[in-house]
Amino acid sequence: MSALAGPSELHRQERPGRAGGPFKEGGSRQFRTGQFDWVSFLGTGATGLATLLILAILAVILGNVLIHGLPYVSWRFISTGTAGDMFDVNKAGILPMIVGTSSRVILMTIFVLPVGVLTAIYLTEYARTTSPLTRVIRGAINNLAGVPSIVFGLFGAGFFVRFIGRELDGAFYRSAATVWGQPALLWASATLAVMTLPVVIVATEESLRAIPQGLREASLALGASKLETILKIVLPQAVPGIMTGAILAISRAAGEVAPILFTGAAYYMADLPRSLHDQFMDLGYHVFILSTQSPNVDKTRPILYATVLVLLLLTFALNIVAIVVRARVRKRMRMLQ
Amino acid sequence: MTTVMPEVPIPKPQVPSATPGPVAGPALLETKDLSLFYGTNRALRNISVQLGQKLVTAFIGPSGCGKSTFLRCFNRMNDLIDNVRTEGSVRIGGQDIYAPEVDVIELRKRVGMVFQKSNPFPKSIYENVAYGLRLQGMRGGSELDARVEASLRQAALWEEVKERLQTSGLGLSGGQQQRLCIARAIAIRPEIILMDEPASALDPIATAKIEDLILELKKDYTIIIVTHNMQQAARISDFTAFFYLGELIEFGPTSRIFTSPTKKQTEDYVTGRFG
Repeated sequence: MSALAGPSELHRQERPGRAGGPFKEGGSRQFRTGQFDWVSFLGTGATGLATLLILAILAVILGNVLIHGLPYVSWRFISTGTAGDMFDVNKAGILPMIVGTSSRVILMTIFVLPVGVLTAIYLTEYARTTSPLTRVIRGAINNLAGVPSIVFGLFGAGFFVRFIGRELDGAFYRSAATVWGQPALLWASATLAVMTLPVVIVATEESLRAIPQGLREASLALGASKLETILKIVLPQAVPGIMTGAILAISRAAGEVAPILFTGAAYYMADLPRSLHDQFMDLGYHVFILSTQSPNVDKTRPILYATVLVLLLLTFALNIVAIVVRARVRKRMRMLQ
Repeated sequence: MTTVMPEVPIPKPQVPSATPGPVAGPALLETKDLSLFYGTNRALRNISVQLGQKLVTAFIGPSGCGKSTFLRCFNRMNDLIDNVRTEGSVRIGGQDIYAPEVDVIELRKRVGMVFQKSNPFPKSIYENVAYGLRLQGMRGGSELDARVEASLRQAALWEEVKERLQTSGLGLSGGQQQRLCIARAIAIRPEIILMDEPASALDPIATAKIEDLILELKKDYTIIIVTHNMQQAARISDFTAFFYLGELIEFGPTSRIFTSPTKKQTEDYVTGRFG
């Protein structure tokens, strides 16, 4: 007691009203150790400091980008093309990159959702949990999540561009011209879809597992087929979880550069992409170009900050869309609960 | 023997059809040497029994004795579990329901089920009852409305919910939810209704309503009910089957099972000496 007198007394002074409480002074002492709780104090301190550190890092990044980038984000900057010199702060615009990044993320979502959801349905509703095949599939999905994104980029270049693309050209285009057998918006989106597949599968699986088995049994006992049960009872319940998967996939994919390096991103294009087999300019890739390829680093820096800011905002905006959709679904479901 | 019986009241007036003899009327359900295995674990052992039409049969026995598993053999819900294997036969109206050509979906339309935990769909009260009918291709309209209303009336729920058919089934009380599940089951007009401890999670008042409902439904349906509550079995059933460790120990008219059981195990169980 005497060794810890300092904090202990402090502790007591904070609650002066205690003595006049329901317990008498003598009796209430039994419920107190009379010692300052150092373990709790240190635990609160350590976890609180860690949280503060994260918040501080986030604040520094966002603050830095906002302060240096915001002055240069103008309507002209986001609504025009590069106008010949993409390193000149007074001329350069980033509309092509905004269009490119948005389209590849949206296309990726369109590709990844059906495949991911169907896989998750197979794993939770059809596959035998104990079978070796199921274990192999599950292991493959987990490993897929751990593959570095540059490897996905190489895979996309080899599989989508060189194999599927060239086969398409050979099958449908008699002339020697390359149409699909080159890096393109379609292949970049497909590569990103492969990369984000595990995220969607896991999120969907979790939401499917959370649905009570009793609901499936009730439906089957009424003479519903398995497919009818999945379509009418199970899937409607899983929509918010599927949307969570989409949100995570979008967050992961929007900022990725490595998978699109060899599969579709262009250093410079005079026009916006017009079809799925065109290349595109990309915000993330453009940040890399601005910071490594500029002839005058100081002059380019404002564009760099502004581009990073726009990339952050675009990622945020794409997320917001998915979050709003999920909120609407949840609201509709809550009306039924 | 009668001296150890005072704990179980036998409400004889409510069991008018409990005539002596193994089966009153023609048998609708029949099992022969039915055994069921979970992997290598034998959960049911050579059960042979005949259950009559438009009667209430109660399955009693301690937890894990196989009565729920046996119940689920009649609509093949055990098929949903991996590694389940059955031997022997289950016949409904003379037809072996485990024969390869049997359509399980058609079977389940004829054999409805009410579960221990009420499990309404997260849909409106109306859509809960209409679900099975819509599965059979019935579109909305006055015919569907009429069937929904008739089912809810038969389940003694109509007066309580008629003003709020479009609200969620999950907003009802526990007892109402269970009656909604019964309405949902009878909407597709099965011949047989399987009930797996339908009142075990309900308070005495809600339980009494379910029991009244079962006695009412008996006029139109053949009912098999699994229950842990022996007073309940005595109150509502015509026949009682006692299971222990996967075996059917004794089967007979409820009044006889509760007053003069022939097997020692049955007597011990119904008098509360074990289980």
